[in-house]
Amino acid sequence: MKWFDYAAPRSLAEAVNLLAGNPRARPFAGGTDLLVQMRAGLREADLLVDLKHIPELNELACDSAGNLRLGAAVPCCRIYENQEVRRRWPVLAEVAEMIGGIPIQSRASLGGNLCNAAPSADSVPVMIVLGAVCRLVGPGGERKVPAEEFCTGPGQTVLRPGELLVGFDIPAPEPRSGACYLRFTPRKEMDIAVAGAAAAVALEDGLIRRASIALAAVAPTPLAVPEAGRFLAGKPPSPENIRTAAEMARAAARPITDMRGTAEHRRHLVGVLTRRALEAAVRRAAEVNS
Amino acid sequence: MRGEKVRVQTTINGQAVEFLCEPRQSLLECLRDIVGLTGAKEGCNDGNCGACAVILDGRLVNSCLMLGVEAQGCQITTIEGLARGTELDPIQRAFLEQGAVQCGFCTPGLILATKVLLERVPEPDESQIRRWLANHLCRCTGYDKIVRAVKQAAAQLRGVRA
Amino acid sequence: MSERAYTVIGTRPIRHDGADKVTGRAQFGADLRLPGMVYGAVLRSPYAHARIRRIDVSRAASYPGVLAVVTAADLPEGPDRLLELVEGTLPLSYARANVLARGKVLYKGHAVAAVAALNRHLAEEAAALIEVEYEPLPPVLDVLEAMREDAPLVHEDLRMKEFGEPTGKPSNIGEHFRYELGDIEQGFAEAEVIVEREFRTVMVHQGYIEPQNATALWNQDGRLYVWTSTQGAFSAREAIAWILELPVSQVCVTPMEVGGAFGGKIRVYLEPVAALLSRKCGRPVKITMPRRDVFEATGPTPGTFIRVKMGARRDGRITAAQVWMAYETGAFPSGQCGFGATCMLAPYDIANLRIDGYDVVVNKPSTAPYRAPGATQAAFAAESVVDELAERLGMDPIEFRLRNAAREGTRRADGLKYQRIGCVEVLEAIKNHPHYKAPLGGPHRGRGVALGYWFNIGWYSSCTIAVNPDGTVNLVEGSVDLSGTRTTIAMQVAEALGLRVDQVHPRVADTDSIGPTAVTGGSRTTYATGWAAWEAAQDVIRQMKARAALLWEVRPEEVSFERGVFRAGDRSLSFAELAERLEETGGPIVGRGTVNPGSAGGSFAGAIVDVEVDPETGQVSVLRFTSVQDAGTAIHPGAVEGQMQGGSAQGIGWALGEEYYWSPEGAMLNSSLLDYREPTALDVPPIETVIVEVPEPNHPYGVRGVGEANIVPPPAAIANAIYRAVGVRLRQLPMKPSAVMEALWAKGD
Repeated sequence: MKWFDYAAPRSLAEAVNLLAGNPRARPFAGGTDLLVQMRAGLREADLLVDLKHIPELNELACDSAGNLRLGAAVPCCRIYENQEVRRRWPVLAEVAEMIGGIPIQSRASLGGNLCNAAPSADSVPVMIVLGAVCRLVGPGGERKVPAEEFCTGPGQTVLRPGELLVGFDIPAPEPRSGACYLRFTPRKEMDIAVAGAAAAVALEDGLIRRASIALAAVAPTPLAVPEAGRFLAGKPPSPENIRTAAEMARAAARPITDMRGTAEHRRHLVGVLTRRALEAAVRRAAEVNS
Repeated sequence: MRGEKVRVQTTINGQAVEFLCEPRQSLLECLRDIVGLTGAKEGCNDGNCGACAVILDGRLVNSCLMLGVEAQGCQITTIEGLARGTELDPIQRAFLEQGAVQCGFCTPGLILATKVLLERVPEPDESQIRRWLANHLCRCTGYDKIVRAVKQAAAQLRGVRA
Repeated sequence: MSERAYTVIGTRPIRHDGADKVTGRAQFGADLRLPGMVYGAVLRSPYAHARIRRIDVSRAASYPGVLAVVTAADLPEGPDRLLELVEGTLPLSYARANVLARGKVLYKGHAVAAVAALNRHLAEEAAALIEVEYEPLPPVLDVLEAMREDAPLVHEDLRMKEFGEPTGKPSNIGEHFRYELGDIEQGFAEAEVIVEREFRTVMVHQGYIEPQNATALWNQDGRLYVWTSTQGAFSAREAIAWILELPVSQVCVTPMEVGGAFGGKIRVYLEPVAALLSRKCGRPVKITMPRRDVFEATGPTPGTFIRVKMGARRDGRITAAQVWMAYETGAFPSGQCGFGATCMLAPYDIANLRIDGYDVVVNKPSTAPYRAPGATQAAFAAESVVDELAERLGMDPIEFRLRNAAREGTRRADGLKYQRIGCVEVLEAIKNHPHYKAPLGGPHRGRGVALGYWFNIGWYSSCTIAVNPDGTVNLVEGSVDLSGTRTTIAMQVAEALGLRVDQVHPRVADTDSIGPTAVTGGSRTTYATGWAAWEAAQDVIRQMKARAALLWEVRPEEVSFERGVFRAGDRSLSFAELAERLEETGGPIVGRGTVNPGSAGGSFAGAIVDVEVDPETGQVSVLRFTSVQDAGTAIHPGAVEGQMQGGSAQGIGWALGEEYYWSPEGAMLNSSLLDYREPTALDVPPIETVIVEVPEPNHPYGVRGVGEANIVPPPAAIANAIYRAVGVRLRQLPMKPSAVMEALWAKGD
């Protein structure tokens, strides 16, 4: 790797200052994507700004309304070891357990997963269906961006120069709701998703009050499928309706053929995974006591 | 400071260790080339084989994906820190007794992974063991005897604790 | 089981190097530190096929921290010779060109230049400053395309050999050979059922976790010292010396501990480059390969096209077999197609067969052996056809194989007549194993079987044994220990001398310290080096008998030695007691042994596999796996089991997920351990093993090498299992999920 300097700011203001003052400065938390890319010459930096010592980015707590504040630098292992998260947002714990493998999960963060903005990022469809909102801070101040708007292309995000992702606001789960993320990988672990589907549903009186579906690895960015959610709203969670929603997800997918999968296989998988994720989400929603 | 090496203070295998490194040097490089602990190995340098794994502040990490400078203030355990004098750790003994070592290149990472696993889950079942070790590639053994070694070590450690 | 009762053989001692391996003390090549050592980095071609018009190293040479830069211009020229490889011979000019490209680059990743600098980062930065002007040429990337008359030539000077004779014809086909027995026209005429199928396999890599590495010191005394991760210190010494036009005696190679090899660490890649850099800068130079280079620039195994036609009578007897097979050898000729041909029908007694095989160059890395080189691809084809033939005949797959099994006296495809072999015993072990008959409930599940064979090699080994006054012995041998052979060889010495294993101290020595010993490969090590060690032990016994005779004033012929005790009449001395008295009876004793067996008894292997297929995704899960193999005599059963399990896991990876995924321009796109998918602990089940023992007729303890045959059955066994699970036969490797889905869609369920 080319030479770079290193800074470990202790405050958000200091971090923003460092990033804003140097266009060739890069922030990082777990570093599990960034170091690999820098070694491959895909990304460069003169200064790496370590975000792990900033309190706001390490937050993992519920506010008084039961919403989750998840700091961008919190490593996956802290997420899935947290009893509150496991109980109230199990899909979040599950996706944190999918990324990479045990040693990766000791360091990698969901904030990093989002900012890396790979089309195959597993946690982004989950954030989308959970209705997560991203909190950004930069030289211009603070702003909020819904998770589904954050990634704009492969490796590209809405972050402006000097801006960084501080954390996620994840709403308290609705009564009788459940979510599931399923992905297909050739090996049982370790792999980048060939295709992934996240589904969240909230039930009321036996009908789907609200549904949200988002896909991984089948478009230039993680892909929300709002039309499938709109279709399911107000309908019973029957096999036919679920199949139709899965078909809509399949139709929305724009996969390519690359070394991880063929377009045809990916498109097919979207249908299968969406169907299975919806079925699981519905099962979960039905089991939950509000 | 710009363009300068950084002084890093750590505790490695229970001893205070201080070293000077370039920010771009991974923790793996620092351990091997500066501190002289070559038990952690480079297999891929991108976090996909587990041969570089060490224990950092109680967690298993791929040292190739950390910078040396990130280890400031951290407690690190490498494979060299397991044996007590001439007495092997039960995990090390189990790996030998079960024949879980062939070429031995993946062995340090696997043994450290086992140590962390058994601290968290004293009685892991087969699928828990395999899942925990999934990031550690072994090309020689087919994993069978490794899983047996982990089970033997677990039983032995439980017996010691009991 | 073996008939003799052994004391040490058959036990499971902890290996002599075990403590070092579990404490991190064991020294692998990259762990080496020498005073003044500097680091090298290699610049490699981005093109699969191109002329090198110009190389300008000036910016690299003047980069701060850089001590030397080399290109092919720094390699000597000399008369061409044939370098011995395991898989044949290679013209020295080709071996040299593979180390640093001269005139043309022949695959993406082909080494073009190298830099030595004060640290690795500086070396990499400097290497990137070397300017190379290429003239891209059309790459040849498919084995069948490469065989066409109008294909661009990879080597303008390559002339095809046919049936062992040069033809003078410019071609990408390095060699066309033919094996023929009987009369296939007659044979197929007698057949009542015929199956003919075509198969394709893709290049895969041995996948060892430790990358290649080498440290070289061109010393002030004119000798070149090399420390390297290699399977053969002596073959490396020869290759390095020849490539650098040095007398072999001027080179000393120290083999370091090796982190996996499987055939891929016999060739030299970095050693001559490190040597050239060391000569230029006067310091030790260490080069380690980044993982990407391991994939792109070492020796993966050939991709293949194989057509198999087999015919049988309704009573189940195979009457004829015909094979047409083409193997990629990568950028340089020398190939494994012949090995595949020798092994693929080895389990069967077939009177009429013809195999036409082609080794073909393409613009891909120069292929090297991978555990039973060439056999796995060929068996994938043959064992799938055998399975289909058995099904058409309505016969159980094992019964069909037993009906046609090779036995002592059967002729192999290349004409060799078998001595005692264990093919029938392996088949019987499968047939009688609980796994074979266990109910397999559940949808989309299926069970498959397949056989494999590797002929094993003999070749030369040397050992010395020095007797210590305390009755222990020092064993020095030249076989690099990849996975525990220093112990399996020591066990044979212990058995011969009536000692405990821990009373034998084995050491693997460098090329200055022991007689020439052939590579650790070909499943020869426990066999041939064990035999050499046994010979050395016999030499020790002879000499010690003479000493006892002196002490007892009898003739040496009157002294017997059994289970560690020397006797004459009613007098006796244990080995240790006599060892104490060596000094007074004439001085220390050193025994020596050298062997060079022309051939070795081969090993048959088999696999029983249960799979479950998810018909919605194409994912194949291996539920249960049993590996069976003939070990002759299992010196260390744990070590034998380990070989069987390791080879089986590699076979599973080869079957289901490993592949070189090529861009249209001939670049490997998945050159990382993320996307080159070797099985993890979650991807393989527990692997049961059954060791069959049909002693090899020539070896003192009946040993058959077991390192290789076990990788051969899994791909075919898995293909056969998938067929029984979901009704489709896959004929391409890897049988990855998208391929399974495509087969299911084509079937139209």
